[in-house]
Formats: sequence, C-alpha cells, structure tokens
Amino acid sequence: MTRFLVRRLLTAVLTLFAVSVLSFLMFFGLPRDPVSGMCPKNCNAERLERVREELGLRDPLPEQYANYMKGIVTGRDLGSSQGGRCDAPCLGYSYVNSEAVTDTLTRVLPVTLSIVIPAAVLWLVLGVGLGMVSALRRGTLLDRLAIGFSLAGASMQLYFVGAVLLLIFTYNLRITPTPGYTSIFDNPVKWASGLVLAWVCLAFLFSAIYARLSRAQMLETLSEDFVRTARAKGVPKRKVYGRHALRAAITPIVTIAGLDVGSALGGTVITETTFGIQGLGRTAVDAVRSGDLPTIMATVLISAVFIVVANIVVDLLYAAIDPRVRLR
Amino acid sequence: MSLSPVEGAARAEMEPAADPVKPDEQGIVGRSPGQLAWARLRRDRTAMVSGVVLVLFVVLALAAPLISKLYGVGPNEQFQQLLDGNGMPLGYVGGITGDHWFGLEPRLGRDIFIRMIYGMRTSLFIAFAAALVTTAIGVAAGILAGFLGGIVDTVISWITDVALALPFLIFALAVVPTVGLRFYGPREEVPPAFQVTVLIGIFAAFGWTSTARLVRGQVISLREREFVEAARASGAGLGHMLFRQLLPNLWAPILVAFSLAVPSYITGEAALSFLGIGILEPTADFGRMIFQSIPYLQTDPAYVFFPGVTIFILVLAFNLLGDALRDALDPKSSR
Repeated sequence: MTRFLVRRLLTAVLTLFAVSVLSFLMFFGLPRDPVSGMCPKNCNAERLERVREELGLRDPLPEQYANYMKGIVTGRDLGSSQGGRCDAPCLGYSYVNSEAVTDTLTRVLPVTLSIVIPAAVLWLVLGVGLGMVSALRRGTLLDRLAIGFSLAGASMQLYFVGAVLLLIFTYNLRITPTPGYTSIFDNPVKWASGLVLAWVCLAFLFSAIYARLSRAQMLETLSEDFVRTARAKGVPKRKVYGRHALRAAITPIVTIAGLDVGSALGGTVITETTFGIQGLGRTAVDAVRSGDLPTIMATVLISAVFIVVANIVVDLLYAAIDPRVRLR
Repeated sequence: MSLSPVEGAARAEMEPAADPVKPDEQGIVGRSPGQLAWARLRRDRTAMVSGVVLVLFVVLALAAPLISKLYGVGPNEQFQQLLDGNGMPLGYVGGITGDHWFGLEPRLGRDIFIRMIYGMRTSLFIAFAAALVTTAIGVAAGILAGFLGGIVDTVISWITDVALALPFLIFALAVVPTVGLRFYGPREEVPPAFQVTVLIGIFAAFGWTSTARLVRGQVISLREREFVEAARASGAGLGHMLFRQLLPNLWAPILVAFSLAVPSYITGEAALSFLGIGILEPTADFGRMIFQSIPYLQTDPAYVFFPGVTIFILVLAFNLLGDALRDALDPKSSR
C-alpha cells in the first residue's frame, strides 16, 4: 500500500513536471512577443522594455522555467511594479489583472468548486440511481422513460440547454436570479440560488451519461453467475442487488466519474461562459484572450493537478471497492 | 466538455472480448461473426432508422452544391430586403416562405436552410476526419503498448496520462489563433482549409488517448491467448502479430469507439465555436451557427430552433447507432 502510494505519487509528480514544461514551452517559447498583452496602460517602448526585464524574458528558457518553479516552492522576489515580494506558492504577477496570480486563483477557485461539487453530487446520485433502477425494472415504462431521458441528455449541448434554462427561469418566469456567485459563508441562500441553474444544467447532461453507463453495467452484472448463486442461496433480493451487484457494477463508473470530476474542477469553461460566472474556466479563457501568460500557466497547472489527483483517488477507491484489486 | 469518447470507450472496455465462435444457428449455414452482427443490426429497428437518418444527412451534406442549385439560393447570398429595420426577418416564424424553407438569419439575412446544409458539410467532415485520425493513432499506440508491455507500455501510458492532464479547451484556445498568426500574419485571411486542418490536428492531439487506453486494455487480455502463442511459436514477426493476429479481434470495440467519437467531435467543434475559435465567417459551419443563434432565443426562436434541433437529431442518431452497433457486435447480448 505504502509502496503503491509512493510510486503513484512519483509518477504524478513526473506527469505534472511534463505538463508544466510542455505548457511553459508552448506559452513562453512560442515565437511571438508575450509582452504585448501584458503591458499596463499607457504603453510605450521604454515601459515594454521594463516589463520584459522584470518578467525575465531575456533569460534563456530553462532559467525562466527554473525561476518559475522556484517561485512556486519557495516564493521569489518580483520587480517593484509586480508588487515586490511574492510568497510561497508564487505563480507570478499578472499585469492584466494588476494582481498576483495566486490572489486571482484564490478568488476564482471557490467559484468553480461551488459549481462542480454540488453538481457532481447531483449527477452521480441521479445518474447512477436512475441507471440502477432502470436496470432492475428492465422493460417497464420507467425503464423506457429513463432511457429516453439519458439519450436526450447525452445528445444535447450544454450551452444550448443553459440558454434555454436561462430564458425560461430567469427571464420569463423570474424564479431564479441572474446567475452569479456569492460566498456560501456570506449568504447560503443566495449562493445556492445564484448557481442552481448551472448545477441543474451540468447535472442533467452528466447524469444522462451516467444513467446509460450504469444501466448497461448493472445489466451485465445481473447476468453473472455470482448474482444467481447469491439468490439461490437465499440472500434477499435487496441485499444481492444493493451489496453484491452494485459493488461490482460501480467500479468502472468510479473511473469515469473520477476523470470527469477532476477535469471539471479544472474549469467548467462552457458552463461558466454560458451563465456568465467568473470561475477558473472563464479566468483561463480571458487570460488566453488577453495573452496574460502567468495566469494561463497557473490555470493550466492547477487543472492538471486536479486531474492527476483525481486519478490517484480513483486508484485508491478501486482498491476500497474491489477486494480483488491489490495495490502494488 | 465531453470531447473524448470516454464513455463509449469505457463501456466497450467493460464488455469482455467477444468470443467469435458461435454455433451455427440452423446447423447448416456457417456464418462469420461479421455476418451475424450485420443480421442482428438489420433486425434492430432503431439502428436502421438512425442509420437511414445519418445516410440522409451525409448525402445532403455531400450534395450541398447541387441542392443549392436546385433550391436557387447560395450559402452567402443575403436577402436584406426581407429584413425589417432592426435586422429581424419579416413575416412569421423567422421569415419562413416558399423560397426560404427555414427562414432567414437576423441581421445578415442569409438563408438558414442552405447555410445548414453547407454547415453540416464542414462539421461532418471535421468530425469524421478527426475520428479517423484519432482512432488510427489510438489503435497504433494502444496495440503497441499492450502487446510489447514493459518500457514501451510505461512510456505510452505515461504520455496518455500527460495528454489527459492537459486542459483541452485552454490549449485549443491558445493554439488555434497562434498557429493562424504564425502562418498567415495578422492581416491576411486564414483560408478555411487551413482552419479545418488546425481543428482536426488539435482534436487528434488530444483525442487519441481514450482509444489508446481502450485498445491497450483489450490487447493485454488477448496477448496471453493460445492463438497469439501459436503465432509466436511459428515465428511470426511483430507486424504480423499486431495487425494480422490481434487487430482482427479488436475491430468490434474500435468500431463502437469510432461511432461514438464522431458525435463527440461534432459537439466538440461546436463548443470551440462557442468560445470563438472554430471555423470563421463566411464559411458555413454548424457549430458556429448554433452559438450565433443563441442570443436570438427570445426575439427569433425559429433561428435557434432549426439548427439546434438538427444537431440534436444528428448527435442522437449517431449515439443510437453506436449503441446498436455495440449490441450487434456483442455475441452475448440478448437483444
């Protein structure tokens, strides 16, 4: 177990290293002037030179990279126009937002978390529940409805559903307020009402996929010998389905859920754009559009971290669910 | 969002490898697994209907110039005289008339029907090409990793992990405009063929991983089988082993993954358009059409309705066909 964890963490670090090098090369190494988008107002040639100097763009790429990484681990001193000392997880300074990137991230990260976590709970419960029920009641009206729901949901576009929901609930019926983010600690009701459309939208589309998946998986499992054996031994139906079959059927779903949640945490770009909520995804998009390199790097890195961590969590969950899996 | 056909891939992965030996049904005619699958597919009414719908879409898209001639309207023709002062189409339901079956676009006054036909051509081409390229790369990488194992497997799996950890949309946003600038400069117009190539390239760079994982898993379960050992014992080379012995056993999951990849690229391309990095005007494109129509949801619902419903039907048909294909190719399936 410990050996597995150590090895897994080492590969994770290696993966993150590759991601950071790749994105660093992509964004800083591309033959275009990365400064043009970073110049504060009242740009002139002299100012541009100073920005270049302070960002260290004159240094060779490996040195720039090393400095960047050093900033994340120990913090580093940035030029006076970049706010001077930048503490430990230092991700650089954004001229576009006129603030340290770390500050931007601590502001937008809770937004994305607030969108994704409730939505993920909703879509997992709804999707897996629906899939299981329709597998157990195969061929009934309920099953047909569930299949229809999941097929429709899986073929729809997030921004399309989002726009329709917005039109109906916010503009016509005026049930929900204009989507936006309030901290849950300030006002939980406002937090929920501002994000509910985004949750519903994400949950609808994703639960459709999970319902399809878990229905197929459950049907497959129910036809296995061990289920029949358990029934023949006289184990009550509920226990067979809930314990034995569910456990076997859910393993592959965990893999996919882990990846989905991981990549969603790295920024729900389309959702945030549709509903006009400023989370991680939208920040990344804005950064790319304005050529704000430090912010782009930071968002790419943080979403990679989420995905890598999600992968490790999935492996651990696998071992917890399936006793045959030994972590070595 | 759901760019890679993870779902389809994973589901196909869950199915154990198909056992191609099946007792003859009447005891007289011997049928190959392919024939059996085809017979099963023929009996599946949903599959047939969605197949016909898809063929219809493809034919419409291929015949776009011909249709435009018969219909009498070109894709870039503007009918400003049919718009009111605010740029909204005159008449009912978005300006539907005998000449303009699905009405006109607000503002520019182009014919929606013919734009959709041309847009479908762009979208379907991108989706098919991207699916082909990603499947080819994925199969090659997966089969190598699974069969050779050891260091090759470690390296390929690690590359897959890295590719999965990169946020696709952010990279696409960064790469697509930069590549255009690099080759054409800020003032020149980027030709549509180039835009299409860039999009296919970026889909290929990110999309092959799920197929690779799927194929790798299948190969690992196949490589210890007797027939592989027999081939090895008779001195088969690596190429023969991979493509003559293993590949034929993999075509069922690959086909399913491919059929589910196409709709995911259609929607993926639409999502890129939504972020403003898809195919640029004036080339007709399905994805961009939908995203451009959304602001008119309240003022001109017909404009949103036609492209939105069409892409829904298109993607739905692909998904249904993919499901049916999986059922037909799985000898254990009861349906």
